[in-house]
Amino acid sequence: MSTPVSDHTASPLIFESGQDGRANRYFARGKQLSEFLPREALRDDLPIPDNSEMDVVRHFTRLSQRTFGIDVGFYPLGSCTMKYNPRVNDAMASLPALRDLHPYTPDAFAQGALRIMWELERSLCSLFGMAAFSLNPAAGAHAELAALLIAKAYFKARGETKRDKVIVPDTAHGTNPASAAMCGFKVISLKSDKRGRVSVDELKKVLGDDTAVCMMTNPNTLGLFEDHVHEITRAVHEAGGLCYYDGANANALMGNARPGDMGFDLMHLNLHKTFTIPHGGGGAGAGPLGVAKQLVNFLPTPYVRKKNDSFVLDFDVPKSIGPMRSFWSNFAHIVRALAYIYANGAEGLTKVSQLAVLNANYMRVKIREFLETPYDETCRHEFVASAQELKKATGVRALDIAKALLDRGYMAPTIYFPLIVPECLMIEPTETESKETLDAFVDALRDIVETAKRDPEQILAAPVTTVVGRLDETRAARQPDLRWYPST
Amino acid sequence: MYTPHTERDIAQMLQAVGVDSLDALLRVPDAVKLREKLDVVPALPETEIVRRFEELARMNAGASCVSFLGAGSYRHYAPPAITALAMRGEFLTAYTPYQAEVSQGYLQAIYEWQTYICLLTGMDIANASVYDGATALAEAAIMAINANGRQKVLVSRAVHPNYRAVLKTYCDGLDVAIEELPIAEDGTTDLSELARVAATKEYACVALQSPNFFGVIDTPGGAEQAALKASGTVLVAVVAEALSLGALQVPAQWGAGIVAGEAQSFGVPMAYGGPYVGFIASTKEHLRRIPGRLAGKTVDSNGKEGYVLTLQAREQHIRRERATSNICTNQAHCALIATMYLALVGKTGLRDVAAANLQCTRELADAVEAIDGCSLNFTAPHFNEIVVCVHQPAKHALAKLEQRGILGGVDLGRYYPEYANCILMAATEMTTTQDIQMLAKALQEVVHVHARV
Repeated sequence: MSTPVSDHTASPLIFESGQDGRANRYFARGKQLSEFLPREALRDDLPIPDNSEMDVVRHFTRLSQRTFGIDVGFYPLGSCTMKYNPRVNDAMASLPALRDLHPYTPDAFAQGALRIMWELERSLCSLFGMAAFSLNPAAGAHAELAALLIAKAYFKARGETKRDKVIVPDTAHGTNPASAAMCGFKVISLKSDKRGRVSVDELKKVLGDDTAVCMMTNPNTLGLFEDHVHEITRAVHEAGGLCYYDGANANALMGNARPGDMGFDLMHLNLHKTFTIPHGGGGAGAGPLGVAKQLVNFLPTPYVRKKNDSFVLDFDVPKSIGPMRSFWSNFAHIVRALAYIYANGAEGLTKVSQLAVLNANYMRVKIREFLETPYDETCRHEFVASAQELKKATGVRALDIAKALLDRGYMAPTIYFPLIVPECLMIEPTETESKETLDAFVDALRDIVETAKRDPEQILAAPVTTVVGRLDETRAARQPDLRWYPST
Repeated sequence: MYTPHTERDIAQMLQAVGVDSLDALLRVPDAVKLREKLDVVPALPETEIVRRFEELARMNAGASCVSFLGAGSYRHYAPPAITALAMRGEFLTAYTPYQAEVSQGYLQAIYEWQTYICLLTGMDIANASVYDGATALAEAAIMAINANGRQKVLVSRAVHPNYRAVLKTYCDGLDVAIEELPIAEDGTTDLSELARVAATKEYACVALQSPNFFGVIDTPGGAEQAALKASGTVLVAVVAEALSLGALQVPAQWGAGIVAGEAQSFGVPMAYGGPYVGFIASTKEHLRRIPGRLAGKTVDSNGKEGYVLTLQAREQHIRRERATSNICTNQAHCALIATMYLALVGKTGLRDVAAANLQCTRELADAVEAIDGCSLNFTAPHFNEIVVCVHQPAKHALAKLEQRGILGGVDLGRYYPEYANCILMAATEMTTTQDIQMLAKALQEVVHVHARV
């Protein structure tokens, strides 16, 4: 397979093209700024180029061709749930009366938008077993922060100010401890057991009257279901703490099991993972925050409520932690997620997670024929392979395999994570990939491993078909070049 | 369902895995089994999904009203070339560019975005984006706190009320106290006490917004800038209407150490509040404290130029609880849209659109001032928003305008009890003379009716 990001010619910056006076005429001309404002209020110069529309279109078309997305090829990036992003969702988010609605539109004039938010909220509550969801947070990490602020406010309201510890398993996403630190909590890292799970005994050793929250993801980042989850949440509750469910891996259980039933009090979802929102090269996402009954009054504002037959934005949530963002939600993404739920219904969503798990297990049993799979048991939506043995034998590391996959037209799996597996390749195929695609990827991976054993230099030299070879990250960090400067 | 599996595929794959059924793959302990029937919206074919959303969209009467709403979200023209480019699947469906070799296009676009933000603000560095203007302010305050270790922040009451509320949410988490600077008669921030307050060296930063929430240009003078500098207090410049950057004096010139802003105006739809795109720019000294992603230029193994995500040691996936922020997902695609907007309009277009905004706003101000019973509340120079006093509760006047199909603006009483008779109105290049005449006529009726009773 040839890679579509292999145009080797130079790609000049937009600032290196254009000419003064080569402007597109989008706006009426005539007035000078100085007719309206005093000279000292105005800027002296504006050193940005004028480019013709055609040149700009070519520039960005070219940049797009040097970018790999799900639309380009298979994207088995573990923990990121890179499934197909249906186009109808984008079309719905682009309906003019949704796209061009101002956030300060009075409720009576925005009933459609409010109903969309309410329908999504109600559906998420049922799917995940929560009493309420706030659509306020802009991303998963943002929801984690909101959740921990809620925990802090909750314990403060109960006079339990001693609770300042957040327990995080060592398999957790980096955002968990970082969010805890932003609320002034101390982080306790919990070592996983031999089976790659949270050890109930180890957990009990650190639980106490200073426990605020235990943050977990289930299945965890090894793709394993935490089968003692019920004992874990019970133990945390007995110690007086709250349980947080990091929903990054919700695609593995949606419609089949619910965090609420597992005993979680708080949770987030990444709509840009499980609910097919395009990730857009790093965002925007959306991170609805779900809570159990006792925490509803602490949710961020505003919260969408149904009153009789109409919908309102409620800014008067009694013990609210306050708003997390400028305006109510990443609404365009709320539209997309709801369109996705309409396309599936409850049964469809249940099937989605089943097929995601089937795809992952199918790949696992094929890949273990030629790479180690350290926690070799039925996985959920993803699994972790390791290139540790291959590295010992040939010097070829997970990173090299990743780069060789790029040459074969695939996005690489996650290789920097989880930290507890050396030379890991964390693979998440998602349910939208066909058996043929999975088979072809497995063949490519097998070919890389076999080539590594025969001729490691070939793999160590990868990638060779991409627009650039391996980049000097050390130099980038030591001599930061973060912008272009105009010549003076 | 968007799943390609045939029954035969499923059977073959189950056999390969060595289990009998899909249920067997997802078995969970009895204690956590699903016991309830799920209650979600019903499954529909695509034709009906479209019908359903068109029906919901029709329930948003506000989208087709004549509108003077602004206050941090602005209706501006976006050249259609933006949608054509931004909706390309390579951009839309990419993840964060961790594998740089196959993400050169996106990384270069982020580098260009960082450059545009630096050129517009006059600052040295800018990050790849944060969620929005409000979280940009909160993150900027945290940068300042980390820079000088002080545990209090000062913010003008003329900063967007939602931004201040979010700042409070974040500061509550860190047990940082917030104090506010009052508003002067002319609509600027009252800075008379600033030098004295800053001299206590208790405040990590002071946040000023220009144009401020009332649309008023609100920058500190030389004496205040010197006092801030002498006391080591970081000036955080807040920009809620990025379009103003094409016209107004750059924040670097009025002493900003950090600029926290919102770039929705650069081609990003209003979309009932999001997603938008926050930015943070700063002087070089804050480089290691800036939150979120940074794209940097480097070379490959053959010495060829290329781009990577850099200085990742600041970030949560490396530094965990010692990271500068917990931000992971940002607003890359909205930043891409803004970059395309800036590339298309260029210097000339940016100046033209700023002038058009000023002209429409002047036309609006003139029309409103001519109405007996309406007056402009603030006298200081403003950008594309004005505060109109209607000498009756703004809430009532706005309700009457709504009955006439006009969204007249934001009721300031919602955030400032002392301005409960005032409406914040915005005019942009999208506002027509006809819109303004329609508003003036309606407003005249509204204030007259009130005058009679």
